Amino acid sequence: MSHRGERILRLDALARVEGEGALHLAIGDGEVTDTRLRIYEPPRFFEAFLIGRGHTEPPDITSRICGICPVAYQMTACQAIEAACGVTVDGQLAELRRLLYYGEWIESQSLHIHLLHAPDFHGHPSAVELAREQRGPVERGLRIKQAGNAVMELLGGRAIHPVNVRLGGFYRVPTRSELAPLAEQLRRVRDDALETVRWVAGFDFPDAEIDCELLAMQESGRYAIDSGAPTVLSPADGTTPNQANSQRRFPVGEFEQHVVEEHVPHSTALRSSLDGRRHLTGSLARYAISGRWLHLTAAEAARAAGLGDPATGAVCRNPFRSIVVRAVEVVHAVEEALHIIGAYEPPPRPHVDVAPRAAEGCAATEAPRGLLYHRYAMDADGTLTFARIVPPTAQNQAAIEEDLRRLVQARLDRPGDPPTDEELTGLCERAVRNHDPCISCSAHFLDLTVDRA
Amino acid sequence: MTDDTLPTLAVWKFASCDGCQLTLLDCEDELLGLADRVRISHFLEMSGAEGTGDDGPAGLEGVGPYDLSLVEGSVTTAEDARRIRRIRQISRRLVTIGACATAGGVQALRNFADVTEFRAAVYAHPEYIATLATSTPISAHVPVDFELRGCPIDRRQLLEVITAYLAERKPNIPAHSVCYECKRRGTTCITVAHGTPCLGPVTHAGCGAICPAYDRGCYGCFGPSNTLNMPAMVRQLQHDGMSERDVVRVFRTFNAASPEYAELPGLVNQDTSTDRETG
Repeated sequence: MSHRGERILRLDALARVEGEGALHLAIGDGEVTDTRLRIYEPPRFFEAFLIGRGHTEPPDITSRICGICPVAYQMTACQAIEAACGVTVDGQLAELRRLLYYGEWIESQSLHIHLLHAPDFHGHPSAVELAREQRGPVERGLRIKQAGNAVMELLGGRAIHPVNVRLGGFYRVPTRSELAPLAEQLRRVRDDALETVRWVAGFDFPDAEIDCELLAMQESGRYAIDSGAPTVLSPADGTTPNQANSQRRFPVGEFEQHVVEEHVPHSTALRSSLDGRRHLTGSLARYAISGRWLHLTAAEAARAAGLGDPATGAVCRNPFRSIVVRAVEVVHAVEEALHIIGAYEPPPRPHVDVAPRAAEGCAATEAPRGLLYHRYAMDADGTLTFARIVPPTAQNQAAIEEDLRRLVQARLDRPGDPPTDEELTGLCERAVRNHDPCISCSAHFLDLTVDRA
Repeated sequence: MTDDTLPTLAVWKFASCDGCQLTLLDCEDELLGLADRVRISHFLEMSGAEGTGDDGPAGLEGVGPYDLSLVEGSVTTAEDARRIRRIRQISRRLVTIGACATAGGVQALRNFADVTEFRAAVYAHPEYIATLATSTPISAHVPVDFELRGCPIDRRQLLEVITAYLAERKPNIPAHSVCYECKRRGTTCITVAHGTPCLGPVTHAGCGAICPAYDRGCYGCFGPSNTLNMPAMVRQLQHDGMSERDVVRVFRTFNAASPEYAELPGLVNQDTSTDRETG
């Protein structure tokens, strides 16, 4: 029922996103009064059934939260439990882990760029129709994606839910000669990745700007993927007094003091805020916070693509341009993967021992979609007594909703013909896809805080 | 294009991680070719349109009819129990893809918990959440033409299933154990050679025996094979050093609710007592 001047728009099934979500938009007298990204994906209770499991199990079990970023879950779970057990995995084992993670970045970002996001810029419902018009770019994207999958298949055994990851490292590590064909394949797609940056940079980008905090891992000298400390970049638009694009960092152990979740009625995911404000994780945040440490080839591609100079701290706040940043990240990941393979010496053992002890540990890494945080506690024999997982999309939800509100409001305020419902829902769908939400992940967030009031 | 004459394919998602439907998008070499031979009429992860787009935006219910529906995920809500019946009605063939749709998935671990307490202990506001007490496979709700195993499914097997149904033949998907695949691959048996605990003898083939090739025992992500001897398997795992707790844990993962595993608790306890008597 709509009353005086009120207009309700609903989109019951978001397409070309990972998982199941819906949109709800209310407009009254020319003002957007409510925007909701409704996550109805059924909950799967991961954090509940992890309790009572062995400390060796979370890498395999939590990878099943998300078929698009299983390595992110495996890497974060391993690091959190190793932190609890006082073990550091370094040297070539750490490099191999990073290689596996770059494989996932290449695969997942290429999937989003070509199959999920690019059709929006050409007015097609899917990449199949896009390929009928532009077969070359889509095939090129599939080649890059395939190279990312090849990295995961060789190092992990398979691309979805890799089997070769364990606490302390791997079950088996590759020989140098096993990695050689992989390097060859990656070298072949390096030009494809650069060509993709040029392709997406030529898309038509609507004007838009996000005003929220940006959150990403940061480690000096590295475009952080699995190391560093959570770092926040505040906007210079007055929401943070006396600070212009100021950065602040906190140890990962203090993550839950800064990022706080609330359970809202319209969602099976929890919604987070960062020190009381909306925040965004993911490619735009990483580029702003770690851009100066991009591989030189990727940095050059970013400059040529109009993203500013990452060496001097360029920030891109237009969410539509996130597709360009993702393409730049693919170039970076390909270069870094090649570097790791080139310098690889097989480690003496495929893993280090991770003996259980009564302790607690946490870790955060950069999933393709943004910062992913895990915390576990265990008994002396390794039986888990607590698990908490904060995925990127649950963190991004408030920022996505605000982004929707601003975009729709800007359209309503534009002089000329008023927008049709179809135009507005189309705009909203695009706005959501800009942030590549991973809804399966976010729906599986569970808070173990009990409110029995 | 003569899209109207092409067979139609639909892909559906229930409670799952998306990994099995992603497997279709991971067919990089085949995807565009497949799309020329099949009308991918409903696949929300890939397209916002229903059919060729003439039927409007794709919804959760679909339009139908579809020649082949691939279903990922398990049923965990009353709404999804209704939705799968509707999808069955508008699908000529219905194939489940993956451990969630075929056996309830890892989320079926809730089936072993005290559900009331479980739910109350988990959510700050349980009243916001609609969920059933159990996670059940698609076959518990509607007739299923074929069940493709795996957590996740294997890409080559998925292509075989699609090809087979489009050609009106039965898919060539062997139901024997992973052991056969190790032999075919030339992998030395890691249980015999190294005493590594391995679920291969009771686990459905299809992955290509990846884990043993990576010096890891099979952990059963494809679920039970067609002929399995659980008492012998449990004895062997304990012989190879697994504790009774670890044996229960390794079966209670991605295919936990498979009926073939139901006898497990009795076997573990029984074997332990036998060990104590003889030890």
